[in-house]
Amino acid sequence: MTALRDETDDADIGDLHEVVDPVPGAGAPHLPQQPDLVQLLTPEGERMEHPDYPLDVSDEELRGFYRDMTLVRRWDAEATALQRQGELGIWASLLGQEAAQLGAGRALRDSDTAFPTYREHGVAWARGVDPLHVMSLFRGVDNGGWDPVERGFNLYTIVIGAQCLHATGYAMGVQRDGDGSAVLAFLGDGATSQGEVNEAMVFAASFDAPVVFFCQNNQYAISVPLERQSKVPLYRRAAGFGFPGVRVDGNDVLAVLAVTRAALQAAREGQGPTFIEAFTYRMGAHTTSDDPTRYRLAGEVEEWKLRDPIARLKAYLSRSGLADAAFFEDVEAEADRLAARIRSGTVEMPDPRPTAMFDTVYAEQTPPLAAQRAQFEAYQASFEGGEHA
Amino acid sequence: MTQTAGALRRFNLPDVGEGLTEAEVLQWLVAVGDTVTVNQPLCEVETAKAAVELPSPHAGRVVELLVEAGATVDVGTPIITIDTGEGAEAPPETGGTGLIGETTANGRTAVLVGYGPRTTDARRRPRRTDTTESTPLLATAPDARSKPVRHGGLEVGRQAEAAAVRADAASSTAVAPGRRGPRPLAKPPVRRYAKDCGVDLATVRGTGAGGVITRADVDAARALAPAAVVAVPRTPSAGEQRIPIRGVRKHTAAAMVASAFTAPHVTEFLTVDVTRTMKLRDRLATRPELAELKLSPLLFVAKAVLLAIGRHPMINSSWDEAAQEIVVHGQVNLGIAAATPRGLVVPNIRDAGRMSLAELAGELAELTATARAGRTPPAAMTGGTLTITNVGVFGVDTGTPILNPGEAAILAFGAVRDRPWVHKGKIRVRQVTQLALSFDHRIVDGELGSRFLADVGAVLQDPGSALLG
Repeated sequence: MTALRDETDDADIGDLHEVVDPVPGAGAPHLPQQPDLVQLLTPEGERMEHPDYPLDVSDEELRGFYRDMTLVRRWDAEATALQRQGELGIWASLLGQEAAQLGAGRALRDSDTAFPTYREHGVAWARGVDPLHVMSLFRGVDNGGWDPVERGFNLYTIVIGAQCLHATGYAMGVQRDGDGSAVLAFLGDGATSQGEVNEAMVFAASFDAPVVFFCQNNQYAISVPLERQSKVPLYRRAAGFGFPGVRVDGNDVLAVLAVTRAALQAAREGQGPTFIEAFTYRMGAHTTSDDPTRYRLAGEVEEWKLRDPIARLKAYLSRSGLADAAFFEDVEAEADRLAARIRSGTVEMPDPRPTAMFDTVYAEQTPPLAAQRAQFEAYQASFEGGEHA
Repeated sequence: MTQTAGALRRFNLPDVGEGLTEAEVLQWLVAVGDTVTVNQPLCEVETAKAAVELPSPHAGRVVELLVEAGATVDVGTPIITIDTGEGAEAPPETGGTGLIGETTANGRTAVLVGYGPRTTDARRRPRRTDTTESTPLLATAPDARSKPVRHGGLEVGRQAEAAAVRADAASSTAVAPGRRGPRPLAKPPVRRYAKDCGVDLATVRGTGAGGVITRADVDAARALAPAAVVAVPRTPSAGEQRIPIRGVRKHTAAAMVASAFTAPHVTEFLTVDVTRTMKLRDRLATRPELAELKLSPLLFVAKAVLLAIGRHPMINSSWDEAAQEIVVHGQVNLGIAAATPRGLVVPNIRDAGRMSLAELAGELAELTATARAGRTPPAAMTGGTLTITNVGVFGVDTGTPILNPGEAAILAFGAVRDRPWVHKGKIRVRQVTQLALSFDHRIVDGELGSRFLADVGAVLQDPGSALLG
């Protein structure tokens, strides 16, 4: 595609309105109205070059991305089914956003830290988090079973946009530590309307914090379409905060990898934050409690099916002879095994002790907390028929 | 391991949203005897939030469908039994641990729906009253005490406290059995204890601080009159049923109140001899191009209405209060009131005025089938311009219909009956029906309403007059 558009030469408002795509990508699967979009792999599986984002990726890595995305999608499907069977309280599906999450997740180094929303199952996978540790959160067993420090992957944040402040603060910390690591903050298109997100960007810009804001624009803030949230493309908001903004094809795992890798490297080198808008689409519901047919058209979903992130990589791998039928079958079989493990692991998860909620409030118990715990234990015991006034 | 008895697994209706209490089974996608795989869709259910498919949690053979399509069931209700063929595990009735659908000692449904509702306690979660949904008429609450109670919040606490104090002041005896009112104050362990003892807390006087019922109070009530206490019914009278107002019923109520008290209604009646129309119907039914279609009396009434609208376009209009304008619609979106299992819905046929009789018949049949199946999309219920309600199908003669909000007229069509009728100067048995037209007197005067109704009647009496155009 073409080079990034110069941010300064089109201040004309009328022009801006033409840039905004009222129905995302309407008309054709190529997103034709987006000259700014960074793309390295077309929806047809054709490899592209981009002058600003050269990418050297091995055949093994390419096959790895296919495996990652396929396994994560299978996990997502199993989790959705488990919710429908009463085994999870809720599930936030990532269907359609696999490339955005795996591309971003794999761009991180081990020493980097990511701050997710509640939908970053693909990033969790890339950070080596066991899916069952995510499932336990959605089953209400715990608040997420992984060690955030060990994985470089913070706990899921349910509050919209709050993690951007955490990430920026953390980035300002590693900046002061001088350890040369970077921070990746995840957010959605809806979160860009939140105060916290804007505050985080002000601080990040002012302090040149080594943080990259990775916004998965999946076109809907639950039911509110993007054009109700922003009069300009989201990546162009970054200019107002004083750092670069890039729009990348969020269904193109290679472009996401290249753009995120470059932004993280810039952050490590002291060049401050970058805003990445991964232009993608939520193929499923916002969560299992949502019914997307009430607010979006089936035709739009069909359009986006043609831009599927996994199908285009599969097409590229097949066409270029990098993978054969046996490889794809192996991945499918592995996905089925993973799904079975997730199913049995979830269903058999033991209920937590009621007092477990006191265990990790603080690193060390405090006297008031110990008193609360004792009171709670006595209260629980009173159900058995003991003395009670 | 023997093959005689496979493991029978029951699947309980899960909470597919957050905090839903019930769902309607729209349709079954499997039948008894079918072999199903894990995650194969079993049925489609509709909740207050969405219509979704439920995937099977087990692989095996369908033994029994426990709920019929169309039924609304509570979360936690077993809906299907599947034989997983895993060998000699006990069937659900004999109660091995961990079997789905089993109720545990604490009243919760076991295992699969880990957080299934208690089946022995209050049936429904309290809901916050959504003020945006109340109509202006209903919003004029007479006093502050009728403000919605916020369960679990301070409001309910204060109310209950005040009530307890009042009860104390009024009488030192126990609260009258069966009395409705604030929930008695007691801590959860005491509630549990009272329930286990079969004591209704509403009958117990609390001696704790602020009138809170203690364990000792429960014991005292039990000792005092064990038989009487246990026998206290929870409901105020036998057989009374309390149905929450929601869904289609709630929508209908709001629409009817809004319409009845906004548009000044006038209703006119006309009795019509439709014998010729019925004969025409019999003749048309034999025509090959119409053979596949259902030619109902309603179809001919609809056609007559459409013809009459053509001659009196003002009847097909709306009152736009905000703009202070009368909107005369350019096309007729003909609403058809339909009784469905879920209540009254009024889908409409878009641009019905341009349709041929055959097209209209097809649209009517489809609309009716869709409505009966409960699948009418919301879009099909908006934008109507004039409605027909066919009360005749219920065997009644006519009624005084209330306007579908935003429309200027509605026609009720009664049963077609054999009646003695003066025909060509002699009393004959003729097929006769009654029409009732309600109209919005802000837009439609008596003259227009009368002419329109007479016009509809004239076409039905002599369908040949339709040729006059």
